[in-house]
Amino acid sequence: MSEATIADHIPTPAREQLKVAALGPWAWLRTNLLGSWWSTAVTLVLGYVIVRVVFSLFEWGFVHAVWTVPYGPTGIADTSVCQNAKGVGACWAVLADKYRLILFGRYPYDEQWRPAVVVLLFIGLYVVTGMRRFWRKELALIWIATLTLVGILMWGGVFGLPEVTEDYWGGLPITLILATFGLAFAFPLAVLVALGRRSTRLPAVKMLCVLYVEIIRGVPLISVLFMASVMFPLFMPAGVNVDKLLRAQIAFILFAGAYLAEVVRGGLQALPKGQAEAADALGLSYWKKTSFIILPQALRLVIPPLVNTFIGFFKDTSLVLIIGLFDLLTMGKVALSDPPWQSFSTEVYIGLAVVYIAFCFAMSKYSRSLERDLNRSRAR
Amino acid sequence: MSQATADPRLIAARAAPKRRVRLSWTDPVFRSVVWQVLIVGVVLLIGWYFIRNTSENLAARHIATGFGFLDRVAGIPIGESLLPYNPAVNTYGRALLIGVLNTLQVAVIGVVLATILGTLIGIGRLSRNWLLSKLTAFYVETLRDLPLLLQLLFWYTVLQGLPGPKQAWHLGNIAFLSNRGMRLPELDWQPAHTWALLAFVCGIFGTLLANRRATKRQQATGIRPAVWPAVLAMLVGIPVAVWLVLGAPFQVELPVLRGFNFQGGGSLSPEYFALMLGLVIYTASYIAEIVRSGIQAIPLGQWEAAGALGLSSGQVLRQIILPQAMRIIIPPMTSQYLNLTKNSSLAVAIGFQDIVSIANTTLNQTGQAIEGIAVIMGVYLTISLSISLFMNWYNARIALVER
Repeated sequence: MSEATIADHIPTPAREQLKVAALGPWAWLRTNLLGSWWSTAVTLVLGYVIVRVVFSLFEWGFVHAVWTVPYGPTGIADTSVCQNAKGVGACWAVLADKYRLILFGRYPYDEQWRPAVVVLLFIGLYVVTGMRRFWRKELALIWIATLTLVGILMWGGVFGLPEVTEDYWGGLPITLILATFGLAFAFPLAVLVALGRRSTRLPAVKMLCVLYVEIIRGVPLISVLFMASVMFPLFMPAGVNVDKLLRAQIAFILFAGAYLAEVVRGGLQALPKGQAEAADALGLSYWKKTSFIILPQALRLVIPPLVNTFIGFFKDTSLVLIIGLFDLLTMGKVALSDPPWQSFSTEVYIGLAVVYIAFCFAMSKYSRSLERDLNRSRAR
Repeated sequence: MSQATADPRLIAARAAPKRRVRLSWTDPVFRSVVWQVLIVGVVLLIGWYFIRNTSENLAARHIATGFGFLDRVAGIPIGESLLPYNPAVNTYGRALLIGVLNTLQVAVIGVVLATILGTLIGIGRLSRNWLLSKLTAFYVETLRDLPLLLQLLFWYTVLQGLPGPKQAWHLGNIAFLSNRGMRLPELDWQPAHTWALLAFVCGIFGTLLANRRATKRQQATGIRPAVWPAVLAMLVGIPVAVWLVLGAPFQVELPVLRGFNFQGGGSLSPEYFALMLGLVIYTASYIAEIVRSGIQAIPLGQWEAAGALGLSSGQVLRQIILPQAMRIIIPPMTSQYLNLTKNSSLAVAIGFQDIVSIANTTLNQTGQAIEGIAVIMGVYLTISLSISLFMNWYNARIALVER
């Protein structure tokens, strides 16, 4: 595309802006910060507040911050430096002392490279899944392989890796496992439920699907988690004991399934009817029609909302704190229960926030750019 | 239409031939019946399996099923309640009712505050002022990416880290913020206030009615009669008159520091305060995005066309832009309101006694796990379904009427 055609497509106000922007910083300032008396006043007040806040945060977080503390002969941290700096400077030493506990939980210390590799595997999986080059059937194989590898690494017991039971898992891997496994299992379930909800031939199945989706979406996640932790043991025959993590995982899958089903249904509804009719005219069976014609197109439509839903689940995994599983947030609280560090919760929460923001911001940024790309190709 | 002119002999021939269901896999009707029987059967079987196991387990643990426990004395201390409550006398039923009321109260106030804050921030993002739009964008981006639970815990610890009552932050010595929560002056509520409030509510309905009549008149004659004198009288005049006639009682109780804590006045516990802060700040970031995209979705041509008709800018906003923007904004807004209501269940993590927290305590004390969870789910389902029913009705009312 040449310059001229781009300029032709820019609406007039934006073109004005373009012209102004070309006139240098003073003109930019006049349009964007000092446009009117009102705008000038807002700029001045906000500018003052922002400068004050940023400056004091900088002082608190860097200038007066305590980065390390001495350790006593028994290995107990001497936090008196931090206590003295409290209110004036941040005590980042708490993160330096506790980051392994927060990130990997009570996983055996010498084996913590394994959860670390697992975290990297998950990030790699997300990156690969995000690349459009890999949006093919083989992606499912990549997921299966990665998730199997994650299981092997976490549990161990084979290939000379010492076995580590779920009771010792914790921190970031738990968060990632709950979110990723939850999505991986909820997704097929969601597709089936969405198809069931749209079916015209099977009214009873449709009713079941509607009931499932509406009930789950009508109640808070907490109640589903409570159900998994308190009620689920009652469902099992006496003597059968299902692990807590697995129970929470099942709750997550059921919960995510209902929300994803609605997302998938949106994609199915957005697809023009002619696609299904054309497939019928070709004489394809229901499953052939669905898997070769409908789903490939419908799922492509809903990738951006799927990413957004995934971000939501990623944040929602923190709720397992309430049923006593050791995810990232819970480990932050556990780290804070250590007496010397008890009063430095702000620093720990900021550390946790950075991890959550890193994941969620990357995903939402990706989702938005994807939406733009897909819309561009559709607009043509 | 065509039936009237068609040859009656043809009707029978044109009707779809009656088909008998064949017992063969190639018959779609037969197939669908088999599938449905199979799937529903499997679901019922799993359900039956769970129920049988549960009843065996309950029998083994000597737990009686049913809601009989609701009549037993609860003994749960409840800090904040809208109803009179005494743990030594009142029952589980009443405790749970108080939990429901607490949840509803948080939800209603949270929705109002989050809507106000979210709308302001959403409009701020559209501002021509670069600093304001970037700052609000930063707010939205950061807060949406943080788990609500983390935010709640953060606010709770911040509130707990405040100075004690003796060094409390105060506003002109009438409102205090300390690690015991917030203390505010409280109006001594009299029957006169209730009547004045009632008159005000009637005034709102009267205003709606007056507006409707004015619109009708405008449509008939082209002239809109002035409604503001009547509205002013109904909204301000009559309530104030009622209050004056009933003796104009006005007595405010101020919080006073006595010993280690405040006495008198209205109070907000740190738990309530933290929950409200977290919920409002978090939900506002979503509402801001909804408001922004709703306003941005209205094409510029609508503004221009309305301007060309000679409408004033206020009229354009009220009559042209907002009605269209609302149509886009309302459905996602509803789901945010529902989310806020459901998210208020996180109160259990910081110790505010909403329905989840009280039901959880109840099921721990009585062992009635199934009933406790059924209560939680029933309450939220009722709230969710009623809000979505109302919103569907409202949506249908403002929907674009097409041919």
